[in-house]
Amino acid sequence: METPANIETAPEVEPVQQRKVTFWTSLHRNKIAMLAFWFLIVLHVIVFIGPLVWSYTPTEMTTTGPLANWSWAHPFGTDDLGRDVFARMLHGGRITLLVGLAAMLFSLLIGTIIGACAGFFGKVVESILMRVTEAMMAIPNFFFVLVALTVLGTSPMMVIIVIACSGWMEVARVVYGETLKWKEYEFVEAANAAGAKPLRILIKYIIPQVLPSIIVSGTLMIAWAILTESAISYLGLGIQPPTPTWGNMLQNAQQYLWTAPVLGILPGAAITLIVLAYNFLGDGLRDALDPKFVKK
Amino acid sequence: MLSEDKRQQEPLVEVKHLKKYFEVKESGGVKRKKKVIKAVNDVSLTIYQGETLGLVGESGCGKSTLGRNILRLQEPTDGEVIFHDQDILTYNKKQLRQIRNKMQIIYQDPFGSLNPRFTIGQSISEMFKIHGLYTPKEREERTKELLELVGLDPNRYHSYPHEFSGGQRQRVGIARALALNPEFIVADEPVSALDVSVQSQIINLLMKLKKDFGLTLLFIAHGLNVVRHISDRVGVMYLGKLVEISETDNIFDSPAHPYTAALLSTVPDPNPEKRRERIVLEGEVPSPASPPSGCSFRTRCPLATERCKQVVPELQEVRSGHFVSCHYPLAKGQTLLDAIKEKQTSKV
Ligand SMILES: Nc1ncnc2c1ncn2[C@@H]1O[C@H](COP(=O)(O)OP(=O)(O)OP(=O)(O)O)[C@@H](O)[C@H]1O
Ligand code: SF4
Ligand SMILES: [Mg+2]
Repeated sequence: METPANIETAPEVEPVQQRKVTFWTSLHRNKIAMLAFWFLIVLHVIVFIGPLVWSYTPTEMTTTGPLANWSWAHPFGTDDLGRDVFARMLHGGRITLLVGLAAMLFSLLIGTIIGACAGFFGKVVESILMRVTEAMMAIPNFFFVLVALTVLGTSPMMVIIVIACSGWMEVARVVYGETLKWKEYEFVEAANAAGAKPLRILIKYIIPQVLPSIIVSGTLMIAWAILTESAISYLGLGIQPPTPTWGNMLQNAQQYLWTAPVLGILPGAAITLIVLAYNFLGDGLRDALDPKFVKK
Repeated sequence: MLSEDKRQQEPLVEVKHLKKYFEVKESGGVKRKKKVIKAVNDVSLTIYQGETLGLVGESGCGKSTLGRNILRLQEPTDGEVIFHDQDILTYNKKQLRQIRNKMQIIYQDPFGSLNPRFTIGQSISEMFKIHGLYTPKEREERTKELLELVGLDPNRYHSYPHEFSGGQRQRVGIARALALNPEFIVADEPVSALDVSVQSQIINLLMKLKKDFGLTLLFIAHGLNVVRHISDRVGVMYLGKLVEISETDNIFDSPAHPYTAALLSTVPDPNPEKRRERIVLEGEVPSPASPPSGCSFRTRCPLATERCKQVVPELQEVRSGHFVSCHYPLAKGQTLLDAIKEKQTSKV
């Protein structure tokens, strides 16, 4: 390799990859977030792989009879209709998590598009989109979900859409703020100076910078979506039996609270733990990404 | 030597009465008053093909804003920018994008000017992509050539900006600006953020590339000493106005504007015989939101009179090719100190 003769190749020292290192160390140092992370991994593996392995289906009535205690064949016993509770927990968890995941992704999509467009294009687009966001924020989330599901029906798809539509505003606000910040950077202006079209600048230059914040929002969002889905299932407005979800299992368990408390404790604990874990992970990620924490 | 044929040279960029005002909301108070910052306040200048025009002035005087508005990276409030005989301020977005390859910018901040999520190779080859040039393989080859050209190891194509030092990143910025073979480059304080030892390397690189590629350069700096070496002509800005512009030698040997003279007196001269008496300007630069009436320099000018308060001095050609906006420009060879003494005696 040859460099032009009278230009000295820059002999300066290379800075270490400071930011990346601190992000991971900061996350690793956060014991609770790491615990939550591994707990979630394990739980997701069990819930998604389990139903493929476990021989009972969630709807078949076993010969064991109703409200049986735990046994090797039915580790969590059976429910009031003699169905295997372990299978129901696995399948219910799968649906609950899938609904949470889908609602989260969908609300991230809405929130990101609205927030990014408002921040990037400014002017009229900004005023309209941010007014809509504020208006949506003024409506209590849960109230919105209840009314929408009552009116629109309770198919799984509808549940996902309604939950997503009620939760994207926080994402939009975060993305909006970040977009405002990043669009002032000189590398964004440089892309403009090169003749890049606005959409290209938004997608290739700004969104990737906002991605960490979107991921944090997503983590918190999924916890909220799971909780909401469980709550509406519990109220009978969510996904309908016989399809199990942790929420409608909880509702069903009410009648047997004194005779078979396990039926309520299991889905209740599962929901609580998974929501907590996602929240802890989200908080940990946010702290690790926060420049205040990075700089120390 | 350059000054003779400069007259015959073609203008590449003509800036006419360019204005850029920012409206900012004042915080506090019940009524939110808007105030207007006149960051660039009626600047006219010509940049000739193949020259390097140095632009100096204190922080906040509007140099960057002027540079950005010439490239129409911001929308000027008023004025004309003629590039190749066409007013680019009348262009629509599409026309503008099509000529973007001919004019480029190099930034001061080597950290903020590169996309942190692109490798440096991507940052440069993106320039070709935007204009739909070449196949991916050709793009990579060209990019590597460019890296070599600015003195970087082409094998670092896949490295990210944070793996480079400030000076190296600045080289990447230069390579990016060169990628599309521009005619005109605005270099906005390209060395101000760098160590002194690295500064001269970057300046030398720019000078060499300028010569090799026949570039026209608007080189912004805030100290006069930085531009001396690289510029054919030098313009001096104060509070949104261009106060003096001429060939570099004229500016350094016989400045005509009191502000330029005062600035120069603080630059150490290598020649001890020519060492000037240091003149420290009193007072602060006024806020560009409320510039003084008349001459904007009058609040700090040792030569200011009643007339300066009332009449705005226009940019006038006092000597051949030497433009000044001052009612009492210094004569050739006259120092600011002489002029101050003269003023005092005439008063008595
Ligand atoms: N986007 C903006 N909004 C409001 N005011 C601005 C904006 N950009 C610049 N200004 C103001 O315009 C004036 C000129 O700024 P500019 O950045 O052009 O100065 P400069 O000469 O480049 O200074 P420096 O040497 O610090 O880079 C300053 O008072 C600045 O505060
Ligand atoms: S016009 Fe008056 S105040 Fe302005 S620079 Fe000249 S002498 Fe000074
Ligand atoms: Mg500047």
